[in-house]
Amino acid sequence: MLPASLVIAVSFAYLLALFAIAWWADHRAHMGRSVIGNAWVYALSMAVYCSAWTYFGSVGRAAGSGVWFLPIYLGPMLAMILAWVVVRKMIRIARAYRITSIADFIASRYGKSPSLAGLVTLITVVGIVPYMALQLKGIASAYAVMTSPLGAVTAHAGPWWTDSTLYFALALAGFTIVFGARHLDSTERHEGMVAAIAFESLVKLLAFVAVGLFVTYGLFNGLGDLFNRVRDHDGISRLLQFGQGQAFAYSQWAGLTLLAMLSVVFLPRQFQVMVVENVHESHLRRAVWVFPLYLLLINLFVLPIAVGGLLHFGAGGMNPEMFVLSLPLAQGWTMLALAAFVGGLSAATGMVIVEAIAVSTMICNDLVMPLLLRSSRYGARSATDLTGLLLGIRRLAIVGILLLGYLYYHLAGEAYALVSIGLISFAAVAQFAPALLGGMYWKGGTRRGAMAGLLAGFLCWAYTLMLPSLAKSGWLDDGFLRDGVLGVTWLRPEALLGLGALDNLTHSLFWSLLLNIGAYVGVSLWRQPTAAEASQALLFVDVERRTDATQPVFWQGRAQVPALRALAARFLGAERAARLFDAYAREQGRPSAAALVADARLVQFVETQLAGAIGSASARVMVASTVEEEALDLQDVMRILDEASQLRAYSHALEEKSQSLERATAELRQANEQLKSLDRLKDDFMSSVTHELRTPLTSIRAMAELIRDEPDMPAEQRQQFLGIVVGEAERLSRLVNQVLDMAKIEAGHAEWHTTTVDMRALLEQAAGSMAELMRERGIGLTLELPARVTALQADADRITQVVLNLLSNAAKYAPRDHGRVWLSLSERPDGVEVRVRDNGPGIPAEQRERVFEKFRQVSGDDHYRPGGTGLGLPISRQIVERYGGRLWLDPEPGGACFSFFLPFAATEAAETPT
Amino acid sequence: MTRKLLIADDEPNILISLEYLLKREGYQVTVARDGEEALEAVSRDCPDLLLLDVMMPKKNGFEVCQALRADERFAALKILMLTAKGRDTDVAKGQALGADAYMTKPFATRELVQKIAELLEGKA
Repeated sequence: MLPASLVIAVSFAYLLALFAIAWWADHRAHMGRSVIGNAWVYALSMAVYCSAWTYFGSVGRAAGSGVWFLPIYLGPMLAMILAWVVVRKMIRIARAYRITSIADFIASRYGKSPSLAGLVTLITVVGIVPYMALQLKGIASAYAVMTSPLGAVTAHAGPWWTDSTLYFALALAGFTIVFGARHLDSTERHEGMVAAIAFESLVKLLAFVAVGLFVTYGLFNGLGDLFNRVRDHDGISRLLQFGQGQAFAYSQWAGLTLLAMLSVVFLPRQFQVMVVENVHESHLRRAVWVFPLYLLLINLFVLPIAVGGLLHFGAGGMNPEMFVLSLPLAQGWTMLALAAFVGGLSAATGMVIVEAIAVSTMICNDLVMPLLLRSSRYGARSATDLTGLLLGIRRLAIVGILLLGYLYYHLAGEAYALVSIGLISFAAVAQFAPALLGGMYWKGGTRRGAMAGLLAGFLCWAYTLMLPSLAKSGWLDDGFLRDGVLGVTWLRPEALLGLGALDNLTHSLFWSLLLNIGAYVGVSLWRQPTAAEASQALLFVDVERRTDATQPVFWQGRAQVPALRALAARFLGAERAARLFDAYAREQGRPSAAALVADARLVQFVETQLAGAIGSASARVMVASTVEEEALDLQDVMRILDEASQLRAYSHALEEKSQSLERATAELRQANEQLKSLDRLKDDFMSSVTHELRTPLTSIRAMAELIRDEPDMPAEQRQQFLGIVVGEAERLSRLVNQVLDMAKIEAGHAEWHTTTVDMRALLEQAAGSMAELMRERGIGLTLELPARVTALQADADRITQVVLNLLSNAAKYAPRDHGRVWLSLSERPDGVEVRVRDNGPGIPAEQRERVFEKFRQVSGDDHYRPGGTGLGLPISRQIVERYGGRLWLDPEPGGACFSFFLPFAATEAAETPT
Repeated sequence: MTRKLLIADDEPNILISLEYLLKREGYQVTVARDGEEALEAVSRDCPDLLLLDVMMPKKNGFEVCQALRADERFAALKILMLTAKGRDTDVAKGQALGADAYMTKPFATRELVQKIAELLEGKA
């Protein structure tokens, strides 16, 4: 037992800390450095799902029925992992049309219907009250456990104004106002709140896990020890079995899971953090695994704490829902108990704050505003600034919701466990599923259909779940539960039409959703949608197919810019309205807001901005009363849609055209570059050819003139000169031949006589024709040929040309008198390889690739200038590549080593010039 | 006094013919077979005129010309460039680098002799 003052002081300190975080985040947001623009914060803020129910209720449920606490968390995990695409679409829709709440979402989809928005809000308020009560009950019980002697009965006795829970509810209302309805800035976003909730989620997780570790490892010797003891204990061991001795209730399990799947999206607070407060769509991708992981972690120790408490206190000794607190207290770990209390407080507070903000926004935008705007005082023609009023309504709504929650807690709280209270709320919000999901994916859904479905589902829920809960608390005569209304037994609320095999929750869910879907689909099909419904249906269902620029604008009529601006200023404040108009003007490429044209797009822009503040239904009413509208009929909608899709088609075509132009330009540029470089190559080639032709000509002319000018030249001298003349003339004709040969091969005009070639025979022949020259220069030629190789298809003369070229190169570079040349042949799996090696100076590494360039002769270190043309290797390479082979230089030290490979299956690839 | 000439060319047959021709004209002739050898020979023999081929290994004619013109000691040296590449850009480049005259291969031996005489006369 702790002093009440300490517990209260710690509670307020914690709430102040939360507020400080919210203030800091708001401050940062104003500075333009948002702290919530982060996928982790987004994922953690989703954990507002885990309220006092999770923190206290799950343990109670587990202590009573084992694994049955789990479906409530399996549902959300499944929903996130399987249906995140649905959530993403919701986020896109909400972003595009500035949706502020789930009521707004549904109303906006069905033609911005104020009545539908009001109905959804009413259902939410009625449905959510038990859930609020649950939080208050959680905190009240926790406070009692902390401040009373252990095991004392904690029922409150005395007049209502002495009940501390009431004051706690009021305190929470105050904090909620501070968090969510403090500024005059009435946007749909609350950065500070999201930051505080993310922090709060961490606190409750850590506190709960700390208690779990304490029970498992402090109280017992680990999980093994704990569960061993449970097995030996008759009363508790059944908790660990699925069916607990009876047949497993699959339908109930499935029903609970489905319920939780729906509520993780449709509970007002979940819709708020998941959809409305989403900063960036991509954050969802991390939340898809972080949020389920969070749920897994926080559920890890539920069962250990539950069975630990049962073992420790014995069954019925203590309220199992408070094991989280009573176990540490019983062991004298008061600080841990206090931390656990803060965790529970945190869970409840987080839920209350977000839920109250979301629901107050709905009450203000979707219930009160439409009524106010109809009144003459606040109506469209009035010029009153309404921002202050908006805030006032929200604050009142917050206080109202919490008081209603307290009332329910006071009336029904004692009769029910936390979990059962929560499930009533879950079943209520599940009624939104048909209208909302149907509206996102089915264009045929109408306002009447949604209305009928919601009403049918809600009434059925009230009759089969809400009324019985009140009756069981003793506030109604529970006779109708047993005998049915007016004694008609098939009208019994928990066994409609005699369906008695299901538990009350699954039963209610089954009937309410059945009636809901039936009415929604039936009524929707019965009547054609109106123009407003059809246009909104298109905008919602096809949201993923449109970009802003090609979004159809379903509006026609006349408007004035000043009137629109005044309207915006009434709800958003003059300063913000001015900022918005300036930004819009910039976006439209206008010099200033004064130059704007009041076209359909501007009207839509103003309406969307207003929707962010007062909801789409109210915004529609306000805009409609400010401008002169022409009513749209279905044909207009189709026409506008047609125009929009034409526009989209144009812009798409334009985009494609510009892309293809870009591609064409790039191709042309590339082709031009290629031509330029070819031109340069040709120029270089011509220059090289000129040089190679002029050099021998120079010698020939000089020698001839020397002989001519000196008739009495000694015969010996004349002979030497004439020999040079002949040699240079030969060099000239060789060069001319090779240049022509090269040109022919490159242009593809060369003739190829492809026959079956036996490489061994070919090499022997080539070696034979070189033998004389080699002997003259004193060079030894060694043949390394296998006995036989597989024949291949090639032009024998051309291949001989290659071999001779390689051999004569080797002979040129091998040292005179003691030179050696090796010619070898080997067979590979797919062809043959020929290798010519010499013991000359070799080729420096940096020149290895250049030897294959035209007119590139490598002279090595000595001054000997070989009399080649510089075309032999390039031609040889072309020939080998013509037959799909390769010619290369092996980096071998000591002498040059050229090899070429010819495949058996000639691909004849190199037809084109390289 | 006998004029000293240096011939730098990498084609052995051209060297043979030019050496024979210019010796016959009464000059004292030395030869070099690449750019580096040409530079060595110039600083060693201090010739009056250099017959400089453009396309040579190690250092081409342009580089040799540039190096010589950057050196004060060889201010008096006449440089006659010979090239087998007849492009206008090559001629302009040679003259920009400080060559005194330029001849395209193949040349008439008489013209060459005359050109050499002119250059040396201008010097005297």
